[in-house]
Amino acid sequence: MAATVKYDEVEVGQQIPPVEYPVRRVNLVMYAGASGDFNPIHWNERFARAVGLPDVIAHGMFTMAQGGRYVTDWAGDPTAVIDYGVRFSSMVVVPDDEEGATITVSGIVEDKLDGKRVVIALNARSGDARVLSKARAVVQLV
Amino acid sequence: MALNRDFLGRSYPSAVPYEVSRVKIREFAAAIGDHSPLYRDREAAVAAGHPDVMAPPTFPIVFSLSGAGEALADPDFGLNYAMVVHGEQRFEYVRPIYAGDVLTCTSTIAEIRSVGRNEFLTVQSDVKTLDGELVCRAYNTIVERGGAAE
Repeated sequence: MAATVKYDEVEVGQQIPPVEYPVRRVNLVMYAGASGDFNPIHWNERFARAVGLPDVIAHGMFTMAQGGRYVTDWAGDPTAVIDYGVRFSSMVVVPDDEEGATITVSGIVEDKLDGKRVVIALNARSGDARVLSKARAVVQLV
Repeated sequence: MALNRDFLGRSYPSAVPYEVSRVKIREFAAAIGDHSPLYRDREAAVAAGHPDVMAPPTFPIVFSLSGAGEALADPDFGLNYAMVVHGEQRFEYVRPIYAGDVLTCTSTIAEIRSVGRNEFLTVQSDVKTLDGELVCRAYNTIVERGGAAE
């Protein structure tokens, strides 16, 4: 019940390799069902365009969840994440085709705190847009 | 129209406790594309030192706004939901959430501010055990586009 990353082996400024997370319409349908957020802008192209969006967009919380995967995979244990916050700065537009969209997450060790905790600053992009800003996770290392 | 500031500080408890199940955690993990055995295999979770499968970090969104829905839908509050986008989200975890947990959630209208033409609303949700132990605190900020200008 602990992270697999050692505090003493992590340095401020250390880059964590980027990971690409594909997003297709089916993922948004699954997320709607699992989360209970059935806002039609996340699955109904007709509705999305009617309210002025370019196409169906991903749930912000879906994008935040991809950032969460990135951190928990790096840490090696989901319960090592003790604080996680983001600002949703742009939309992830998900076209109805084979490619869908891609969310690319990268991270950097921004700070080392007392108690073997570190702050990870996340960067999430989709296409040309930065989709998360002020994204930070505090992770308990060993 | 602007959001009704009289709602500041009001708290809304969830109507019934939320029972965290292995099935729901597995469904949520599948929906976010995370196939870690720690979310779907109790034996793997126990082998890693946990009492049961655990919830992914963003899992509390599933139930943490159940109480606030009442406030957000109140016509006196003045929120036009068609203009709402999710602005910010944060979770502070006091301890992990595991399958088998039975949790209550109380949501409080913590902040309302106007930024340009937009209204920013922050709801703080305290997730606790039935014994009152704080498990997680969630901050959900939504933006009502154009709400402040009318």
